[in-house]
Amino acid sequence: MKHVLSVLVNNQPGVLLRVVGMFSRRSFNIDSLSVGVTQPNKYSRITIFFQGESYIVDQIIKQLGKIPDVAAVQLHNPETAVYRGMTLIKIRANDTNRLDVLKIAELFRAHVIDVQKTTLIFEITGQDEKVSALLQLLTPYGILEVIRTGQVALERGEKTIFNCAGKTAFYSKNLL
Amino acid sequence: MRLNGAGIVIESLKNEGVEFVFGYPGGAVLTLYDEIYKTNFPHILTKHEQGAVHAADGYARATGKVGVCIATSGPGATNLITGIATANIDSIPLICITGQVATPLIGRDSFQEADVCGITAPITKHNYLVRHIKDLPRVLKEAFFIARTGRPGPVVVDIAKDVFAAETEYKYPAEICLRGYTGKYIGDEKKIDRAVDMLRTAERPIIFIGGGVITSETSQLVREMVQKMNIPMTSTLMGLGAADADSAGYLGMAGMHGSYAANMAIMKCDLLLGIGVRFDDRVTGVISEFAPKAKIIHFDIDYAEINKNIAVNLSVVGDLRWSLPLFQEKLCPYNDIIKENIQKWYENVVKIHTARPFKYKNDKNNILAQDAIKKLSDIVTHNTAIVTDVGQHQMWAAQFFKVYGPRNFITSGGLGTMGFGLPAAIGVKLGRPDKNVILLSGDGSIMMNCQELATLADYNINIKIIVIHNHVLGMVTQWQRMFYGERYSQSLLNSKADIVKIAQAMGIKGFRIKVKEELINGLQQLLHEQGPVLLDIIVPAEEDVFPMVPGGKRLDQMVMGEDGL
Repeated sequence: MKHVLSVLVNNQPGVLLRVVGMFSRRSFNIDSLSVGVTQPNKYSRITIFFQGESYIVDQIIKQLGKIPDVAAVQLHNPETAVYRGMTLIKIRANDTNRLDVLKIAELFRAHVIDVQKTTLIFEITGQDEKVSALLQLLTPYGILEVIRTGQVALERGEKTIFNCAGKTAFYSKNLL
Repeated sequence: MRLNGAGIVIESLKNEGVEFVFGYPGGAVLTLYDEIYKTNFPHILTKHEQGAVHAADGYARATGKVGVCIATSGPGATNLITGIATANIDSIPLICITGQVATPLIGRDSFQEADVCGITAPITKHNYLVRHIKDLPRVLKEAFFIARTGRPGPVVVDIAKDVFAAETEYKYPAEICLRGYTGKYIGDEKKIDRAVDMLRTAERPIIFIGGGVITSETSQLVREMVQKMNIPMTSTLMGLGAADADSAGYLGMAGMHGSYAANMAIMKCDLLLGIGVRFDDRVTGVISEFAPKAKIIHFDIDYAEINKNIAVNLSVVGDLRWSLPLFQEKLCPYNDIIKENIQKWYENVVKIHTARPFKYKNDKNNILAQDAIKKLSDIVTHNTAIVTDVGQHQMWAAQFFKVYGPRNFITSGGLGTMGFGLPAAIGVKLGRPDKNVILLSGDGSIMMNCQELATLADYNINIKIIVIHNHVLGMVTQWQRMFYGERYSQSLLNSKADIVKIAQAMGIKGFRIKVKEELINGLQQLLHEQGPVLLDIIVPAEEDVFPMVPGGKRLDQMVMGEDGL
């Protein structure tokens, strides 16, 4: 089963290594990973997509919670969260077929961000399934390059990673 | 107070109550060693950085305080790795201060440069690379705090060479602010109520203790619980000493080489109270068949240990210093009822233990390792700390040496580090000069760090060393004998090296015994000599450690050896 975790960490060198190192050390696999500075900028936020049974999810959350630089761990639920990732697609398109390609892209709400004599670059955001469908349709025209960012996730509504920190950071209840 | 980085390190060590450090100098830590020279800070020079880190580890195991070691950049730091991993898996509080090349040289593959933080990340509780002098006081404060609180562990502080020389205004921080870690843990009291209910209704409970009981200094509480309610108790290798070896209801060590009664009791019990244990594969046998009839309650400080190896019915997460007194208090009204409920079970288990203790065959001429350890155990006082290396002698020590009191059995449990014993014993003796310290090693293990014999001589550290000398790598040959058709690949040492002469060359006394009549006198002589002494005991090679639970088998499928020993 596919799972999505957001991990709030101190914005410091070496923290990503600790988080990713925990996965490799305990032989858990990562499907996709994205990292960025968040607000306030003393934190970075890591979004991790991974596969595994419930035992693995449990261990990952607990082991991440033990890393001193990890401030909070949030497990997302597909029903209550939104996921987005961006894909750039470079495709062969010339005067004869450019319009066809653009029409397909429009159906998928992909934006054109570069036009050259023989190529086009599209930008598309959305969930994996949508992107895969577009890629399938574009394949006959000749895809030159595809690059996907890791997906990011946010819970809908009032809930944020900051207010869930109390529950998932296991040492946080106790004051010094 | 204006200090340079080196001065800050020494001042911080004093502020943390560090008595002395173990270490080895080198290029990147020259400024720090200059400060050690100027302030005359107590420092033990080992012969190898691995010796320094194991010694600091032994010190921490014996005293419960944080052990500190220092090494230089590159090879100095990488020589610590085995010791750091050893401490990490056994949850031992350690601070390793390593020099790093100067800040402008980091990342340029400079002379003696290694990415110490990168290398040690998976085997430390936490680590730091200090590039700026302003960070140093805070980092040192945090490092000690993280190492000694919660589930203890090693912390590496890698300090760039120029930081040792840079100056700043020094004030040791009074407080710590770590967003993701506070170190203490008070858990959910309702879980303890449920644990009480489960124990009240149990008919065949067993207490299963581990190193956590020793780390948290709660052995007295566990002993009282056992006494009040007559609950049978067993221990992991790391938990030895928490219960006195011959106390009533105590079944000795469980697991791969555990006692018959302990393993059978685990298989038959209906409630298993795991306290400060992590259900390591050496103690559970085949994991799906561990305590198959039992409900399991797990007391531990580390939330990540719950359901890691074994699915438990109830977890009490929290410091044992919080949970055990509450548990004991809440059990008070039911002590007598529980005692009555389990009376039959208790008597039965104790009867089995009396009928089937650890045994070994009788040999008329040769000294058997088991016999030597048993005789040794009989003649030493209770105020003895036994330090072991790794292999057959380690298991025989766990079986036949009677340990009284926590921190008196020092061994590399989780990592099984050969060569741990000698340097660790140095740390144990220096940390606890009031104790008699005996190192039990093998002819394989002792050679792995035998350079530290010279450290014993140089500092005149009073350790009695026994080398169980069987001319083979005993545990390896045992497995080759049992599972690899007696093909003794690279395990027959038959070394020409004379361990007694090595000891003498290093500057300590040494002597050898070979036949059974010499055993008692040999042991007496060892104990009565002044200063460090090595006794080389020649034993036969083809002895196996029994009982043994082969890999992938249940605990009740122990191999008992010939004559059902």
